[in-house]
Amino acid sequence: MAPSAPPGIGLLKGLGVTIKHLFQRPSTLMYPHERDVLAPRTRGVIALMDENCTVCMLCSRECPDWCIYIESHKETVPPAKEGGRARTRNVLDRFAIDFSLCMYCGICVEVCPFDALWWSPEFEYSEYEMGSLLHEMDKLREWADTVPPPPPLDEGAVLPAEVSDALAKVEKERELAAAKELEAKQAAEAPAETAGDAPKKGKAAEPEIHVKAGEIDQETFDRLIAEGKSERMARSKAKAAYVKKEKARLLAEAEAAGGDAEAESPAPKAAEVKVDAGEIDQETFDRLIAEGKPERMARAKAKAAYVKKEKARLRAEAESDTGEGTGADEPAEVPSELGASPEAARQALDADGAATDDDAAPEVAAEAATTEAPAARKLGDIHVEGAGEIDQEVFDQLVAEGKSERIARAKAKAAWVKKQKQAKLDEEGGA
Amino acid sequence: MMLLVTSGVAPYLAQAESILDVGDTFIVPLLLKLAFVLGIFFVVPLVAGYLEHKAMGRMQHRRGPVEAGPFGTLQLVADGIKFIQKEDLIPSAADKWVFAMAPGVALVPAMLALLVIPFGPGVFALDLELGLFYVLAASSVSVLGVLMGGWSSANKFSLFGGLRAGGQLIAYELPLILAAIAVAVQAGTLSLVGIVEAQAEFMLFGTGINLWYVIPQLLGFGIFFVAALAELSRPPFDMPIGDSELVFGYMTEYSGIKYAMYMLTEYAGMVTMSALMVVLYLGGWQLLPGVPLPGCEAAGGLFDCGVTGTLLGVGVMLGKILLLVFVMVWLRVAYPRLREDQLQRIAWLVMVPLALLNLALVTIAKVVY
Repeated sequence: MAPSAPPGIGLLKGLGVTIKHLFQRPSTLMYPHERDVLAPRTRGVIALMDENCTVCMLCSRECPDWCIYIESHKETVPPAKEGGRARTRNVLDRFAIDFSLCMYCGICVEVCPFDALWWSPEFEYSEYEMGSLLHEMDKLREWADTVPPPPPLDEGAVLPAEVSDALAKVEKERELAAAKELEAKQAAEAPAETAGDAPKKGKAAEPEIHVKAGEIDQETFDRLIAEGKSERMARSKAKAAYVKKEKARLLAEAEAAGGDAEAESPAPKAAEVKVDAGEIDQETFDRLIAEGKPERMARAKAKAAYVKKEKARLRAEAESDTGEGTGADEPAEVPSELGASPEAARQALDADGAATDDDAAPEVAAEAATTEAPAARKLGDIHVEGAGEIDQEVFDQLVAEGKSERIARAKAKAAWVKKQKQAKLDEEGGA
Repeated sequence: MMLLVTSGVAPYLAQAESILDVGDTFIVPLLLKLAFVLGIFFVVPLVAGYLEHKAMGRMQHRRGPVEAGPFGTLQLVADGIKFIQKEDLIPSAADKWVFAMAPGVALVPAMLALLVIPFGPGVFALDLELGLFYVLAASSVSVLGVLMGGWSSANKFSLFGGLRAGGQLIAYELPLILAAIAVAVQAGTLSLVGIVEAQAEFMLFGTGINLWYVIPQLLGFGIFFVAALAELSRPPFDMPIGDSELVFGYMTEYSGIKYAMYMLTEYAGMVTMSALMVVLYLGGWQLLPGVPLPGCEAAGGLFDCGVTGTLLGVGVMLGKILLLVFVMVWLRVAYPRLREDQLQRIAWLVMVPLALLNLALVTIAKVVY
């Protein structure tokens, strides 16, 4: 206040400030009636995806409050092939977090190497009794449904290693498929040239754009030859490169002609589809309430269900927009494949575990393998009766080489078994 | 001689007729008046408390109570129910009887002061000729309850608080009374109804402009207002309960219904003091200076107003009271608490001389005019 100001002017100023605020809008958020939009990484509650947990105990040991309780037992997994070593595996029995002790530092989430622990923004889980704040595995699993999807990457950001790897893999498979197709055509023209051993699970080439195969991309061919590749490999790759280039050219022409320009744009990924998370899926909500879940949990799950449904719907729309059968939605499938593969692996492991419980008989394992994955059938999966025979030819050869008789007999036995197995496998393949 | 006898008795008798004096019996008007005073005592302070909660909340960017009742209007009722349910604790070292009586001793004078305050044309329990004296005397008794509570709690903070309250009330009683005397001098009566009447008849010197006493006695009004705040221990003069130094002063050891009685005393005191200021300076139940209430133009706009005029008069009076209560809340939000020495310095070096000056000016003006 300036010294010339009359005394008491400061008091009037104070009154002015308070009366001004009287007519301003209060900053109160009427919490139970209206809810704040929480930051994406809000530390509300810790969720557990128990299928990811390997019982490494890092979280429990790092916890400053020691509020994470983990119990597990070891299980023996039978060897992958006969004569191999049995492996042991930790199976999670109990995972509990005592939220009356937890100080929400997030170290456990930070240290978890397998993404089994997550932060969820749900915070309304107060209880009348302290003991009820001990959340056991099933409850922690339910919180996992409320974990929001990770925020989208920045524009031009480097993709995560897993995603880029998966994309590269898909790209490679496509190339191989294209090469195989070419070779098949060539084989049709010249039966002497047999089909290559490219894997059979490549996707079919885009049906809309037909490029006459046969030409090779000279530039690619020269480059590969210079790199020291074999001539055959170089030619097939150069052919593939030619087809690719032609397709790109034709597509560009089509685009220029105002054709299906969108055909090449990939369908949006699940993570890219934006859905307002405010709605809930009434059906899911009603079902969960009927199952006796608390309302809060039901709401969270119904929200998640809604978001999932909406995303599926939006994706379907986007795909129908871009046209069908372009094969351009392959990248979109990558995340779901990634998501599904651990699940599948887990099921397979479970099946193995079940097999071990029965007598550990190799037949059972072989049967399970047959039913589960016929494509993955290998020599090791085939059981051959009677390991007493020896392969005379091998035995003689080894003896002639100066090996001791004992060694020669053992190796000859192994050779016999191998031969038998190969024979069986061939039989099956022929059938 | 006859005059002496009558004057010896008459000052304590009612002057004007209250509309509550119905019928010829003794008991019916008595019950009506009791109901009237108790109704005012238990309702208006709650409204004032609600106003304080809401206004203070909005000034602090909050909303104040919202859940109990529509717009939170029943918050203080809910608080009262809560206070009744709470455990009534008495410290083992306390002087139990004094401790238990203290809130009542503080509460009852606040109730008694309402007896003589007119809330509208004819709406009052009693019109004593010594009304102003009675109100000031009765409200001064409240400090006794505060001192009793502070002493009997067997707690040093309570004792400090009680003694601060005692010192503060002595210091500010003087400017309060001196300012009130100036009004009585100008009005020529101590009857509160008479003072309102005098304000309706007061004309600015030599002109026909009717004015309330707040204009000629602006200085006195300011002194009375500040002194009333200090009398009530309202912020910024709440050193007796200064919670940064004394926990909660003389109320530290009180809980439950006894604490609620102290709080009710404070709010009732705000209402009483505001009502007194309205009667002394702001023209009582008059709508505007020189504007008679509808229905009673014949009686100078002050009495026998019929139903509409009476209700309007009561509404105007209550509106003025709540306006002053709002100003008290406003000051509470705006200003920090004074220091104890600043409080005493202001009382003795500023307020008392100014009040004496005000009294001298009014007296001279009265004599000259």
